[in-house]
Amino acid sequence: MLEVQHITKIYNPGTVHETCLFRDFTLQIAQGSFVSVVGSNGSGKTSLLNILCGSIPVESGSILMDGADITKVKEFRRYRRMGRVYQNPAMGTCPTMTILENLSMADNKGRPFNLGFGTNKRRIQAYKDMLAPLGLGLEDKLGIPVGSLSGGQRQALALLMATMTPIDFLILDEHTAALDPKTAEIIMELTAKIVQEKHLTTLMVTHNLRHALTYGDRLLMLHEGQVVLDRQGEEKRATQLDDILGLFNAISIECGN
Amino acid sequence: MLMTILEQGLIYGILALGLLITYRILDFPDLTVDSSFPLGAAVSAILTVNGVNPALTLLAAIAAGAVAGLITGFIHVKCKVRDLLSGIITMTGLYSVNLRIAGKANVPLFAYDTLFKNDFTKALPAWIAPYATLALILIIALAAKLLLDLFLKTKAGYLLRAAGDNASVVTTLARDQGGVKIIGLMIANALVSLAGAVLCQQQRFFDISMGTGTMVIGLASVIIGTNLFRRTSLIKSTTAVLAGSILYKACVSIALSLGLESQDMKLVTAALFLLILVAGSVRRKKVRVHA
Repeated sequence: MLEVQHITKIYNPGTVHETCLFRDFTLQIAQGSFVSVVGSNGSGKTSLLNILCGSIPVESGSILMDGADITKVKEFRRYRRMGRVYQNPAMGTCPTMTILENLSMADNKGRPFNLGFGTNKRRIQAYKDMLAPLGLGLEDKLGIPVGSLSGGQRQALALLMATMTPIDFLILDEHTAALDPKTAEIIMELTAKIVQEKHLTTLMVTHNLRHALTYGDRLLMLHEGQVVLDRQGEEKRATQLDDILGLFNAISIECGN
Repeated sequence: MLMTILEQGLIYGILALGLLITYRILDFPDLTVDSSFPLGAAVSAILTVNGVNPALTLLAAIAAGAVAGLITGFIHVKCKVRDLLSGIITMTGLYSVNLRIAGKANVPLFAYDTLFKNDFTKALPAWIAPYATLALILIIALAAKLLLDLFLKTKAGYLLRAAGDNASVVTTLARDQGGVKIIGLMIANALVSLAGAVLCQQQRFFDISMGTGTMVIGLASVIIGTNLFRRTSLIKSTTAVLAGSILYKACVSIALSLGLESQDMKLVTAALFLLILVAGSVRRKKVRVHA
């Protein structure tokens, strides 16, 4: 379970640009749930992810992972149990390293990065088996640098890398936003499959309202640092695109977008 | 002249291997090298004077260089000082440390056995003797290159490359990218310091000013090497950098033989470096136009 309790997040504190995003914000994400988060720009979606991962600090309040307070735990330590995929496909992979090298590194997460050989040759077949179902032809390109792949291919790889080793939480930061519609569908299908297979507690920020409705078992809409819509289970399944589109438009007009 | 070029080129090649780590792999403009190079020389010289086996002084120099890298890394990562300034701080401070270690600005080793002039090399047959120094330097440079190649294939090496390539990957792998950077700086400066020690053993003196311009020489070698051989993926960047260093020394040597005096050396070094940088960017533009 992931929780944020009574957090306050202020940007540019002490300056004329001071903006308070979250004030006494509390949210619980239950074990095994797949939460989609939507909201307009500046609603606090990405800030929420950054706060959970420790990429940005909070002014007050606490962040809990399975009940343990991780507010002061450094970002890199939190990733021991978390995977994260970013909006920019370039963020999740190393461009000058080959697919094989990238996968080998991801495969070693949680174990020491010592002077043992970086690539375990016995794992190569397993990597190929992992890449083949994507239908992107990556399984035959293990030796080429990731920098020469397309955005969709890199994002698929980033998703595989983030979820390769046993983790409990998956953080998806608009991970299909930079892809063409067809590739975005492929990545979403893959995401759903991985989340289901590995029983990951998932938080997905997206601008695609249809994805938010189709995938996941809970839907959140944020607006100016507050939850304005929270539907789960049967209630979420009954929700239609028009319902949330209406609310989305209403709050967007209100703040002038 | 060819022998001198090869000897010097390979010695500075070890230095370029270090810069390959900081500039190419970590993308860290590390100015520590201007002082960690003479640091290795100072350590090697003073230990040689005190009767330590010259080969062992090289190991001491490696350790000293690693400490210099550790300091720069610590200043950058833990004190959050900008990369360029962290290097400058260590470089400036080390100047005094180097003087303290050596005791004075110049330590001649002509009266002592060195790595390249000792009872063993004196006993070599006359036809081998002129090549002994070069052979030994070649062995050291190749050993450094092969060890670095091997390291870059290990898990720790992968992480080092990832840190320069895309540091956020290191973080999401639940590793501290700061720590990885520090290790990279330690290895790089250890190599630079080793180069300084080997040069000191070869020229048989330590001079406090021998570090000035080290960074430019090393970086020029890295850029020549990686630019010349970038199309041939068969040649590893470590090999390319050693070749680049030899080429660079050859260029300087040609420039000096065209009538320039030895006091013009640094000017030639700087001008050549500028030429390489400009030539490199012109070529990149051409590629872009054709693409």
